[in-house]
Amino acid sequence: MSAAWPRELLRRPGGVLGVVVLAVLIVSAVVATFWTPQDPFATDPFHRWQGPSGAHLLGTDGVGRDVFSYVFAASRTALLVAVLSSLVAGVVGVVLAAVGALGPRWLREPVAVLIDVLIAFPVLLIAIMLSAVLGPSLTEVVVAVGIGFGVNIARVARGEIRRVARSGYVLAARAAGLGPGRVLTDHLLPNIAPVLIVQLSLSAGVAVLSEAGLSFLGYGAPPSTPSWGRLLGDLQNYVTIYPLTAVWPGLAITVSVLACNLFGDALREATDPRLRTGRRERRRVR
Amino acid sequence: MVRFLATRAVLLLLGLLVAAALIFAVLRVLPGDVAQVIGGTRASAEQVARIRAQLGLDQPLPVQFLDWIGGLLRLDLGRSLVTGTPVAGELGQKLEVTLPLAGLSLVLGLGLGIPLGVLSAVLHRRASGFVLAAAAQSVAAVPVVFAGVLLALLLGSFLHLLPVQGFPLDGWRQPGRAFASLILPALTIAVVEGAVVLRFTRSATLEALGQDHVRMAAAKGMTLHRALLTHGLPGVLLSVVSVIGLEIAALLVGAVIVEQLFQLPGVGRMLVTDVANRDLVKVQSELLVLTGLILVVGAVVDVLHRVLDPRQRERT
Repeated sequence: MSAAWPRELLRRPGGVLGVVVLAVLIVSAVVATFWTPQDPFATDPFHRWQGPSGAHLLGTDGVGRDVFSYVFAASRTALLVAVLSSLVAGVVGVVLAAVGALGPRWLREPVAVLIDVLIAFPVLLIAIMLSAVLGPSLTEVVVAVGIGFGVNIARVARGEIRRVARSGYVLAARAAGLGPGRVLTDHLLPNIAPVLIVQLSLSAGVAVLSEAGLSFLGYGAPPSTPSWGRLLGDLQNYVTIYPLTAVWPGLAITVSVLACNLFGDALREATDPRLRTGRRERRRVR
Repeated sequence: MVRFLATRAVLLLLGLLVAAALIFAVLRVLPGDVAQVIGGTRASAEQVARIRAQLGLDQPLPVQFLDWIGGLLRLDLGRSLVTGTPVAGELGQKLEVTLPLAGLSLVLGLGLGIPLGVLSAVLHRRASGFVLAAAAQSVAAVPVVFAGVLLALLLGSFLHLLPVQGFPLDGWRQPGRAFASLILPALTIAVVEGAVVLRFTRSATLEALGQDHVRMAAAKGMTLHRALLTHGLPGVLLSVVSVIGLEIAALLVGAVIVEQLFQLPGVGRMLVTDVANRDLVKVQSELLVLTGLILVVGAVVDVLHRVLDPRQRERT
């Protein structure tokens, strides 16, 4: 990865937007850990379905909860799920890719088949499967995204590892007696890092979307944990009467996922020299 | 070609077998006693033992697995733990909702995504092309639930055009009403997935615009747009075909959520209900049907791609 990538990233409008939104998300998640304007779970039967006001910035829901506080507090859940899921997905992906590309010959084919089959298991089905046995929790969302998106990362990373493993400096390092583990950590991983980071930021988006979908279905976040998906699910029955209230959690999910995707796309363009030159060439030709 | 079909078929069967094994493993081998789970925490030891015998859980695991697979081949998926009705019949009935829903969403999604994707690539230097691309990027980030809520608000309630919830009780014996109740759910999935297709089509078309044979045709006197339509588009469509396999997974996941949102009696809603009821006999077959569909469509798309793409034919 060339050292110029942060500048390249910030030269793209999508990259700037992604970085800004993600920064806001991180700050609000940190602040929400210690403080929210009001107790997000405090109900108030006398002030149900209030419109936006000074006391309730985004109004209140059907049990009189302050929607802004709830959405604010739920940003922490979303960020937590996104970060943990991406970590698990990254580890699953790299391990599978490394075994599939560098492991013993008899293991490579089975790993390839396993990756192909696991890709047919969408994150949501894995999560439903796990919660059928273990009961709903955020852990199972993290594990499901970790495995479900981890295989996608594995497929991408396996090709990249294979490509890099054939290059001259890796062959030279191996000829000089470097073990496969050291080759992986010293040469292969640094070289596929840009591709990995792009995939990880995309997996964060998938994690936020999956958490929302799962919490809507009643898996995922337990009622004691604030969650955008759960709030959206709670509010959707009343959407024809109070359309504005249901918009907020939906918007929060959309903007967060969009930020992850924009960040990932801009990073891909910023770190991949082939994409950069390719773009310039196309411009020159026409 | 025959050899390719044979290897692909073997791979598909292998994939289905591995998928079945994985589902079985997760539902049976993971820590936790299935009989205890089904019985609930208040079940006595005797009740748990009875459930275990009834499910054949006292048999060794490989025997249980082969029993299930053997049953699958005879289309006998066992009986529901809660209601005692055969699973296969109910699953077939629910598929009558889910398959048309998925099919309609696929048609709508491709119908929206491909033309708009080509358009946004052709217009990529104009403001309108940028707006299209930015809109697709944003819509692709919308959770299906939210898309459904917004569409229901816009189309169903404000315009009073479409039924917002439910499915006729007698199903397809009222084809008009049944179809009408699928439109809004299918459109929900199609808008979100169509945005993904749009983005993919857009980048494939941009690539095609720069390809030598397209530029050659333009150099020989065709307008660039004509050259793109006649020489570039076949390649674009081929690469779109190859992502349909992945799209199907997203469509079916969308169906699970949309069926819940719009109260449609499909496989996804059945799955959600049965997980809540801890009816693991039904759950394992439902999961296999859904993943099996994804694997089968993936294989069909692979074959289709092979048949349609002359470059791939030459290689064999």
